Amino acid sequence: MEKDKVSRRQFLNALLGTGLFAGLLGSVYAAVRYVIPPDVPEASPSMVVAARVGELNPGTAKIFRFGAKPGLLLRLPDGSYRAFSAICTHLDCTVQYRSDMAHIWCACHDGHYDLNGVNISGPPPRPLDKFGVIIKGEEIFVSREG
Amino acid sequence: MKREPVWVRILDWLNDRLQSNKLSELARKKLVPVHKHSFWYLFGGMALFLFLIQVVTGSLLLIYYRSGPESAFESVKFLVSEVPFGWLVRSVHSWSANLMIAILFVHMFSTFLLKSYRKPRELTWITGVLLLFVSMGMGFTGYLLPWNELAFFATKVGTQIAGVLPFLGDFVMKVLRGGDDVTGATLTRFFGFHVFILPAVLALLLGLHVYLVQLHGMSKPPDVERREEKTGKPCPSVPFFPNFIYRDLIAWIFVLVVLVGLAVLAAWELGVRADPLAPAPAGIMPEWYFVFMFQTLKMFPAHVGPFEGEQLAIVGFILAGLFWMFVPFLDRSSPEGARGKLFTVLGICAIAYIGVMTLVSYLVG
Repeated sequence: MEKDKVSRRQFLNALLGTGLFAGLLGSVYAAVRYVIPPDVPEASPSMVVAARVGELNPGTAKIFRFGAKPGLLLRLPDGSYRAFSAICTHLDCTVQYRSDMAHIWCACHDGHYDLNGVNISGPPPRPLDKFGVIIKGEEIFVSREG
Repeated sequence: MKREPVWVRILDWLNDRLQSNKLSELARKKLVPVHKHSFWYLFGGMALFLFLIQVVTGSLLLIYYRSGPESAFESVKFLVSEVPFGWLVRSVHSWSANLMIAILFVHMFSTFLLKSYRKPRELTWITGVLLLFVSMGMGFTGYLLPWNELAFFATKVGTQIAGVLPFLGDFVMKVLRGGDDVTGATLTRFFGFHVFILPAVLALLLGLHVYLVQLHGMSKPPDVERREEKTGKPCPSVPFFPNFIYRDLIAWIFVLVVLVGLAVLAAWELGVRADPLAPAPAGIMPEWYFVFMFQTLKMFPAHVGPFEGEQLAIVGFILAGLFWMFVPFLDRSSPEGARGKLFTVLGICAIAYIGVMTLVSYLVG
């Protein structure tokens, strides 16, 4: 009968062990939740002014801010405009227009896109996100709906 | 009776309390084998020496460094241009970090090829590999701290790589970046990782690694062990203290001369302030020890069957890292001391792969 009894030592070990384990688990959970940043709603405009008419010469481009992300506004040699997200679809670098290559290029891993934003060479797996371009008066607006 | 000088009495007093003579006795009894591969024993000590330099120069940099996207670049610029010897402290810190990683690679591959990971040194090997990974993490987080253009994009790519990991990617990327993008929040996090979290992990691992090295002694390569068995004569050895320590000191002085030479003659550049809206500059590259992975990512096709190329490459690297870490349990011929030829070939292939990919990246661009 005596043998079946839980000794004081066993009881204390179980109590302390469970307490420590639960404490550790709770602390790890809190620490993991702590390091994940909370979602901060950021202003995400559907349309921004990317440039002024006449600011870009044909065959040039500029990077503009679209909310918190960079966008790329291109003026083609024929004078028309095109706009894309400037974030490379490979690994998030900011792309640029290379007038010597006459297409869009990402310096990080040598990714190439044509003037429609379509990936044509290198590691990018997808085309760039396309934006819409509207000219109103003296300002060039870029909208998310491509 | 003549009294002993004050300094002798102070030393005696300290010795009584610290029992340091027991330690030096232990160091005298510890033997280091001497054979044709003994040279490679020096690299662990050199890495330790460079780590100590990192701690000292890092602490000095902290006095002037101000974290934050508005102040980081300016504070480093002030440090290198206005503060007396500021450029030297930063240059020594950066160069010693790079030399430390280079020496860790040499130490790791020499240990691998000499089969020092065999029983009972499996944990020594695992802690060593982890030390290299944590050191690379220190390099990666420290690279961003001056908030310059190259570091900004290297961090963007590096954290995005973590983001394409299957299942855990998004979580890891968010934890690293402190949000969806590389911003001031990333800089604050990297600062915390670089100056406290990673050094604390590194110190713990280093303590365990050095303890294990002391516990098991230096490993003898299989050919030395075989010769011992054949001839019945033990391999010659020297006491750790003072003989081996003197050899260590000579190696440390050599490292110090190289380090100061590099830091003075090729002072570490600061570059251009990061502009999150600017396109990635041409010629962007991560630190040299990540270049072989960078080049692999560059050469990998966009799609391999149903998978995205980068995802496949990254999973491949993780599996290779795990394989490398658990080599003591995979090299089945090693516990008996026989030379596992396959693993020697694998080690040489790994060195060749890293070397060739790095060279290709620098030469072909």
